Amino acid sequence: MSTLLEVSGVSVSFDGFRAINNLSFRIADAEMRAVIGPNGAGKTTFMDIVTGKTKPDEGRVLWGEKSVSLLKMSEAKIAQAGVGRKFQKPTVFEDQSVQENLLMALKKPRGWFPVLSYRPSDEDLAKVATLADDIGLGDALLRKSGELSHGQKQWLEIGILLAQEPRLLLVDEPAAGMTPEEREKTTDILVEAAKTRAVVVVEHDMEFVRRLNCKVTVLHEGSVLAEGSLDHVTSNQDVIDVYLGR
Amino acid sequence: MCPLRSIADCIPMIRVIAATLALLLTSLSASAQDTNGAIQQVLQEHSVAILKSSRTTIGPAIDAVADSGLPQAQAVLQAWSDRNMWVRAADGLFFRATEAEGGYSLTDFDTGETVGVFGSDALDQIKPNSGIRALIGTALVQFQLKDPNPRRRQDALTSISRNPDPALLKPLRNSIEMETDPNLKAQKLRQERLLTIGYDEDPDARVQAMADMSGDLSVDVRAALNPLVATRRAVVKGAAQGEVPAGTNVARILTPGSDALPKVEAYDMLVAADLAPPRVTDAAIRTALEANIAEGRVGDVAVQQLGTDAARRAAYIALADAGTVPPFISEEAVQETLDGFTFYDAYADPSPQITDAANDALNAIRLKVGLNQAADLTLDALSLASIYFLAAIGLAITFGVMGVINMAHGEFIMMGAYTGYVVQQIIPNHTLSIIVAIPLAFAVTFAAGVAMERLVIRWLYNRPLETLLATFGISIALQQLAKNIFGTQARPLTAPAWLDGAMTLNDVVSISYIRIAIFFLALFFLAVFLFIMKRTRLGLETRAVTQNPRMAASMGINPGRVNMLTFGLGSGIAGVAGVAIGLFAKVTSEMGSDYIVQSFMTVVVGGVGNIWGTLAGAAMIGFLQKGIEWGNPSNTLAAQTYMIIFIIIFIQFRPRGIIALKGRAAGD
Amino acid sequence: MNRSFVARNPSVLIFLALLALFTLGVTILSEGFGVGMISTSFVKTLGKTLCLCLVAVAMDLIWGYAGILSLGHFAFFGLGGYMIGMWLMYERTRLIVVDALAQGSMPPTPQEVVDGIGNQIFGVVGSSEFPAVWAFADSLTLQLALVVLVPGLLALVFGWLAFRSRVTGVYLSILTQAMTLALALYLFQNDSGLRGNNGLSGLQNLPGVTASQDVVSMWFFWGSALALGLGYLLAAWVVSGKFGSVIRGIRDNEARVRFLGYSVEAYKLALFTLTACIAGIAGALYYPQAGIINPAEIAPIASIYLAVWVAIGGRGRLYGAVIGAAVVSLLSSWFTGGQAPDIPLGFYTVKWVDWWLVLLGLSFVGVTLFAPQGIGGLVDLISDRLRPDRHGADLGPDQGSLREKEARK
Repeated sequence: MSTLLEVSGVSVSFDGFRAINNLSFRIADAEMRAVIGPNGAGKTTFMDIVTGKTKPDEGRVLWGEKSVSLLKMSEAKIAQAGVGRKFQKPTVFEDQSVQENLLMALKKPRGWFPVLSYRPSDEDLAKVATLADDIGLGDALLRKSGELSHGQKQWLEIGILLAQEPRLLLVDEPAAGMTPEEREKTTDILVEAAKTRAVVVVEHDMEFVRRLNCKVTVLHEGSVLAEGSLDHVTSNQDVIDVYLGR
Repeated sequence: MCPLRSIADCIPMIRVIAATLALLLTSLSASAQDTNGAIQQVLQEHSVAILKSSRTTIGPAIDAVADSGLPQAQAVLQAWSDRNMWVRAADGLFFRATEAEGGYSLTDFDTGETVGVFGSDALDQIKPNSGIRALIGTALVQFQLKDPNPRRRQDALTSISRNPDPALLKPLRNSIEMETDPNLKAQKLRQERLLTIGYDEDPDARVQAMADMSGDLSVDVRAALNPLVATRRAVVKGAAQGEVPAGTNVARILTPGSDALPKVEAYDMLVAADLAPPRVTDAAIRTALEANIAEGRVGDVAVQQLGTDAARRAAYIALADAGTVPPFISEEAVQETLDGFTFYDAYADPSPQITDAANDALNAIRLKVGLNQAADLTLDALSLASIYFLAAIGLAITFGVMGVINMAHGEFIMMGAYTGYVVQQIIPNHTLSIIVAIPLAFAVTFAAGVAMERLVIRWLYNRPLETLLATFGISIALQQLAKNIFGTQARPLTAPAWLDGAMTLNDVVSISYIRIAIFFLALFFLAVFLFIMKRTRLGLETRAVTQNPRMAASMGINPGRVNMLTFGLGSGIAGVAGVAIGLFAKVTSEMGSDYIVQSFMTVVVGGVGNIWGTLAGAAMIGFLQKGIEWGNPSNTLAAQTYMIIFIIIFIQFRPRGIIALKGRAAGD
Repeated sequence: MNRSFVARNPSVLIFLALLALFTLGVTILSEGFGVGMISTSFVKTLGKTLCLCLVAVAMDLIWGYAGILSLGHFAFFGLGGYMIGMWLMYERTRLIVVDALAQGSMPPTPQEVVDGIGNQIFGVVGSSEFPAVWAFADSLTLQLALVVLVPGLLALVFGWLAFRSRVTGVYLSILTQAMTLALALYLFQNDSGLRGNNGLSGLQNLPGVTASQDVVSMWFFWGSALALGLGYLLAAWVVSGKFGSVIRGIRDNEARVRFLGYSVEAYKLALFTLTACIAGIAGALYYPQAGIINPAEIAPIASIYLAVWVAIGGRGRLYGAVIGAAVVSLLSSWFTGGQAPDIPLGFYTVKWVDWWLVLLGLSFVGVTLFAPQGIGGLVDLISDRLRPDRHGADLGPDQGSLREKEARK
């Protein structure tokens, strides 16, 4: 498997506080990875760096077969290159219908001029309908997404991500605030997605991580503390110290 | 003798003749009897000239009196100049006369004794005209310069500086040694140098004087130097430089067509000096052609075809060839003519030594003036910056600390100014009224701010755009309300007398006391703000609410109360700023809107949420505006335009302002 | 799902029908072409109102849909007016000057004509030279192009600078306000080449047209109605599709749109420029009906009023902008024109000329606080629309996002 994303030696600090400290991380095509760590470990900042929201002070972020640097690209360009991101809080466009949300995310030209004259073809609409079914919103296609329940919004956001057809999915705490059934469904969606693309899940909930059944990276104070299977890292003394020792 | 005039007109003349005859008699007897006093003798020697009272001939008479060395000389000259010197018709003697019962009481110049009262028909008044009085004045100066009364001496110096005259140089020099007052002595030395520059006969002395004064900023030094380097423009025939007449002190040779001497101007000089025929302008061509229209044609060209300059010129040349009109002068001909002449600027003063020294001195002064102007500009900019800071500090609190845009901020400034105006209507004493107005303006606008926060703004937290529009609604309502109450005309807010005037450092640098006061007021509010934020409970709570309202609330801080007080504080400071601004600007209902955009700019440029940023922003905008105004003094509107454009570009490079909060705290 | 544009936007059809009806009604009642029940000056007022509605539609696009509270769109409006005003003034003066010179003894040279026009136009600012900005004033085609190009270019440059540096929310509003102030101050000086605070005048006379103002005013009325109709259609088309989705997404949550791979800056810039062009066209139709334009028209306060109209009408819906502009500007001219009856209170008589602005300001505060949907919200009462229950939260994290109270189904 070839490397899709390679982060090496990245550091960033805010007003003297080192949020990320010489972090290195790599993920291959079609791989699922869970990133865990205590609060302030730099998980969200790590995602910010990959998606271009935060520019690191030093280090490299390389992408794809051609090893393109993501550091010089804008957020929009990175997203177009195939990095999709789900936020911690569900962020969908509340004022717009589920269909509009998904149509906007569909992998199509993103420039303003083609978008201006874009009208959805039957094929696009069918694709959106299938996606909606996948995320359990087939019946709610024309409802405003603001009316959806919290869990439905989470799925809609995952649906938006899938519609983008990204090669790398960054998912920030997808199971937060979900009922057990909803969690199970979320797990299924993510595992299914990881068959065709790389998925990075940031999560607190060990149970949820265990169910994902994938390699785990533990972050602590802005750098990688341990990496391996969940059993491997949970038996690591450093990890135990970090999680329990404080 | 005067056959055509009435007899009455002739009477003075007759009297003069009579007096002259009498004079002849007395002068014959004077040498023998020597009964007249010394000064009277001098006067009698020159009595013809005195009686004739003509500017051209009076000089020796005045000099004789002035140089007589007699103690009474000054009194005589003074009386003469004041038209108090009369001549007695009977014997031609001169006296000082004062009006008295039944005529004039005469006083002898030499003895100071009263001679008696005479009717006006027995006397003649000597009436020196203004030219003569000026000459007497000059002669008097030497006495005044040595007058025991320092005020007289001061008057004399003032008179010299107003009307410098070569003749004054000697008396001035003579008077320096006896001068006891150090201040007057310094002035005398200075005047002596200035007169030396202009009038000393020894060129070396003049050059030396110029060198002495070359560091002086005063206007009078430049006034003394400038005439020396004044030039006149002249032209001589011949292309070579050598054609300039020998002995001319040439400042520069001019090339026609250069910036200093455009061709048109050069040619006009030649025309004015009758050295070249006048150029035929387009207007002249038109007039000439019009004068020669016959049956719809000019020459053999139809009038309808004269719709272009080329056609008109051709028609004119045809007329000129026929000899009807003066010949047309082409551009080439103009150039050819110009080539045959040399144009130059020449100094009025023939000595290059003098003009060079004057130029050197002026350059040295110019450099120094430039430096001082820069200092003056800095003071101006500083005062403008403090005004902007005062206007913006309230906004920095409401916008910077609370994230609330208050478009009615300018109206709070206006409200403060009107409060000051109303207080002055009740308390006429300006000092007292200002002392009362400042806290009152604070109270009024504080209350208005609190009311606005309670009624409107707290429903719109986290909705800054809606806050902007809602407060704009309040702003237009308040503005119109002020118009309805106070009318549209400007109301005065008068500063107390001790704030009038300006502190003058030299002829270039000065700053008005009001601006100094505003500068200190701005400093005071900076200190107050820092004290409240760093040292009081309210400041602590405000910072807590700013950084994390929920956490603050859970710790027992009432965010509503804190917001209310903070908003009131910001508004109150705006009110005080209004009083300060009202002192030098007119109080109108629209005065707030003049400051609102600049205030926002100050806060945004400085960096939101930081009082030092506001200070830096105000300083930058103040200095920038003054700088641009200095570069383009004729056009203050353009200065503001360029300043705003500069700010827009500046924000490109520092979107968060000069002093930016960094990292996560800044939010996104 | 029916994908026909009109079927998805029935309000567009209703609006166009009402506009056509209104135009027809005014035509029938006008002095120029009908029974003369509506005076020519009122026709002009109505025509001007239509132009204001058009610029309000542009404002709604940029503020209601994209969440950018621009305080500069009236500057673009004014620029459009200046551009057409230059041609109107130049051409009319040229005709007068040529007429006058034709009385002379010989035909005028081109230079004499230009000098004559220059003297006529710039005598008032103590000059007779033509400034460079008047280079194209002799060509109607070029000046018409400039009506769109000048506001468009200004918006493009300013927008590029502002959006590029990620200035958003109130900062952007203040920056646009500063731009407007800078432009107004620039135009106020005589050196600007546009006659300083005298502005351009006599614009109501079409050069070479001998028809009376009764007729000309109707031409402009029709032109304004047509422009409003087309502008509305264009705006509705722009916001109906995916472009509309994207800009509404930018309004509510700019970061999310960016992470979807859309270049937010490009969209904002495109919309900002487009709306500036629309505003320019509206201004070019407005000022010939007003007859005079001067820099005071461009002052920042005018642009804020524009936002007020849109807010009172109801932002985020195109008909709301039209209703707001029409209602407030007509009410404003009714109140300030002295036609509204005074209210005697015994101790004080409320004169509306003095108190109208107070009323407007306060009612505006009221609308912002209690009825953010504006007048357009009344339509929702009829159609009984639902809105999502967000427990008081806004529909997105951004400053321009819709409030819960504003949201529609």
